[in-house]
Amino acid sequence: MSVHNTHAEHIDSETGKLGMWIFLFTELFLFGGLFLVYAVFRAKYSAEFHIAAGELNAFIGTMNTVFLLVSSMTVAMSLTAIQKGDRKLAMFLVLVTILLAALFMVNKYFEWTHKFEYGIYPGSEVLKNMSHGELLFFGLYYMMTGLHALHVLVGMVLLSINVVRIKSGSVNSNHYLMLENSALYWHLVDLIWIFLFPLLYLIT
Amino acid sequence: MSISGSETQVSYLDYQGKHKGIWSWLLSTDHKRIGLLYLYAIIVFFFVAAFLGLLMRIELIAPGRTIMEPQTYNGLFTIHGIIMIFVIVIPGLAAVFGNFFLPILIGARDVAFPKLNLFSWYLYMIGAILGVLSQFIGGGAPDTGWTFYVPYSVESSTNVIYALTAAFILGFSSILTGLNFIVTIHRMRAPGMGWMRMPLFPWALYATAWIQVLATPIVGITLLMVIAERVLNIGFFDPALGGDPVLFQHLFWIYSHPAVYIMILPAMGIVTEIFPTFSQKPVFGYGAIVLSSLAIAFVGYFVWGHHMFTSGMSYNARWFFSFLTFIVAVPSAIKVFNWISTMYGGSIDLKPPLLYAISFIFLFMIGGFTGLVLGSLATNVHTHDTAFVVAHFHYIIFGGMGFAFFAAIHYWAPKMFGRMYNFRVANIAWVLNFTGFNLLYFPLFIVGLQGMPRRSYDYLPQFQSGHVLSTVGAFILIAGLLLMVYNLVRGARKGEVAPANPWKGVTLEWKIPSPPPHENFDDIPVITSKPYLFGNNSDNK
Amino acid sequence: MKHEDKHISSYSSLAIVLAVLLFLTAFSVWITGFHFGAFTVAVALIIACVKVATVLINFMHLKFENLFLKLLVTGVFVMFTLVIILTFVDYYFR
Repeated sequence: MSVHNTHAEHIDSETGKLGMWIFLFTELFLFGGLFLVYAVFRAKYSAEFHIAAGELNAFIGTMNTVFLLVSSMTVAMSLTAIQKGDRKLAMFLVLVTILLAALFMVNKYFEWTHKFEYGIYPGSEVLKNMSHGELLFFGLYYMMTGLHALHVLVGMVLLSINVVRIKSGSVNSNHYLMLENSALYWHLVDLIWIFLFPLLYLIT
Repeated sequence: MSISGSETQVSYLDYQGKHKGIWSWLLSTDHKRIGLLYLYAIIVFFFVAAFLGLLMRIELIAPGRTIMEPQTYNGLFTIHGIIMIFVIVIPGLAAVFGNFFLPILIGARDVAFPKLNLFSWYLYMIGAILGVLSQFIGGGAPDTGWTFYVPYSVESSTNVIYALTAAFILGFSSILTGLNFIVTIHRMRAPGMGWMRMPLFPWALYATAWIQVLATPIVGITLLMVIAERVLNIGFFDPALGGDPVLFQHLFWIYSHPAVYIMILPAMGIVTEIFPTFSQKPVFGYGAIVLSSLAIAFVGYFVWGHHMFTSGMSYNARWFFSFLTFIVAVPSAIKVFNWISTMYGGSIDLKPPLLYAISFIFLFMIGGFTGLVLGSLATNVHTHDTAFVVAHFHYIIFGGMGFAFFAAIHYWAPKMFGRMYNFRVANIAWVLNFTGFNLLYFPLFIVGLQGMPRRSYDYLPQFQSGHVLSTVGAFILIAGLLLMVYNLVRGARKGEVAPANPWKGVTLEWKIPSPPPHENFDDIPVITSKPYLFGNNSDNK
Repeated sequence: MKHEDKHISSYSSLAIVLAVLLFLTAFSVWITGFHFGAFTVAVALIIACVKVATVLINFMHLKFENLFLKLLVTGVFVMFTLVIILTFVDYYFR
């Protein structure tokens, strides 16, 4: 039942995974703080939130949801592939995941710059002339999607390291804790988005 | 219980690894060395913050300007609070004694993630240094108090952003330590050590670690929101933009109240180790102590609103939070009964660690009862934001966590350094600390009840006698602290060599040499009985 | 360290999970066309929770994990819900 490593030994898979799960809990609570703020203002300004959400492009939002869901599947499949010993396929699937993440970011980039063109960004004059509810909605929109996008970037870096490791063989059918944990992290990025998507895009 | 001494391994202090000299410490992943790194850092920062506190006490010895300008005073109480809370008491016991003794107490060679452990220390140092620097650089020392209440923390032109960032980084370090401990306790207990055979300090650390992991992220995001508020004018907490300042208080205290339990739970765990050893008697009510630790952690998570009774929170929220606050007093009291019952009928050996542990109970009780005064709605209105609050939380945090820290260092120093300190000097230092502490903080209860506001640079002449007493106490306390540290440092360097088990303790750390060998145990011990079985008892069960 | 008793999800089962998730997404977009008034958010959140549970159980392999971790994950969501409720004890009655 117990494991005894010395001061810097290799970490076994159950231990590493439990550590990752606990880290994911802290991530959930990090976003949880923002969800709490959202809930409070949404209850206070629900009509204005509806109007503001109308400004968002639900099509782009849906597309991004699809990207993330598919990428979640590909990263889960890459784990299956590495468990079965198919390193080539695993690497290919991780690369597809990174590509989908990149598409998500490109979409996000266009979405944000589009808003900027209309002068909708934190502290802008346009925003200040809007009602309080709309202003807070966009504040939350930028905080939440910004923090989420940061996590997407971190996830992309983690996955890229995995590509290198799979290629060099240090992630293989016997040692795949790194890929397993990166996949868990990537699923978390997906989880957060699953909540963000209806709360920001679908309340029109 | 199997005994695993070590004749083959060198002590962790003499161990020569890959790196030499100072790097063998700064790059060490040995939990014991990391524990000491935290200890040294904490001692340094503690004296910095204590010195700031002393300056404030000198300022308050007479009404009006004594030695500093009001703005300097605002900076002092802010930085004093930030260093003391985020750098010393929150990480304090867990990072120093948790790191050093958790793996040993559960029969492991190290924590689950040794490198992550070292990384946490670096984060901690970066955060701590940034916190201290915020006092000196750029726009002047932050003057918001450690609570960073909006709207002032958004408007103040001082270095608030540095202080916020420092607190954020320190929080991250605290999360990683908590994560490490949870996984360590789950995965690395010695064979045969079921959950209910685990000593109680690890249990306390376990409960603490869950709060660290689940509460700290909330303050992290809150501090980020305040930064966004300052930099981007995002409006969440600004009524002029439709935001709500009380929402900040909710978010802040959702973390910062549980943070009080991050401080006090390990303290309770430590005295729970000390009472059985110095009474030579099994701990009374093992199960009750375990459950009360978990109950404190859980209920303590939901009482944050009692900091906000005068903020304009709804009436229903106020009575409900007050009710929950009274609930959390129950498990705390259970622990006190357990400690006293453990001593009852034991062969008590009044050595310095026990002196500090007993004074912990005394001070913690005063702090706890005055906490109920603050937790009731009606009396809270009268005492809110007065010196009464200051006295209350110093009794809990310094009298509780601080004195438990002193108890722990006197208990475990022979093990950590392999040398004994001088008992007589330690006892004298205890007398100074205990009298100084009470003289410093007790008068603040009285002037607080009379209406002395907290965080105030000036006051009405009627409060002066209380303040003079308090300042005298501060000097006595500082003298006691210096004497205590001198005695410990002298002991660690030149004291007589300590035996492996100077106190006749029965937990695992006393079964290995002092100081412990590099890998703690030659062979991982196999646990066959409950902890805290003394003398003949150990064969019975 | 070797992974003892590996649990491997088959490609086809993962693909089915994705299909379910995509369907739920389409469903939640479609259903916002209707006006349930105050219930709109509730419906959206319920669908989101179902999706999240699907991801947790299948993609994140929670179904292969021990009972303790399952309880922990549930507990974390419960804790957060309690925090929200307790905060709304203030906001709802203000």
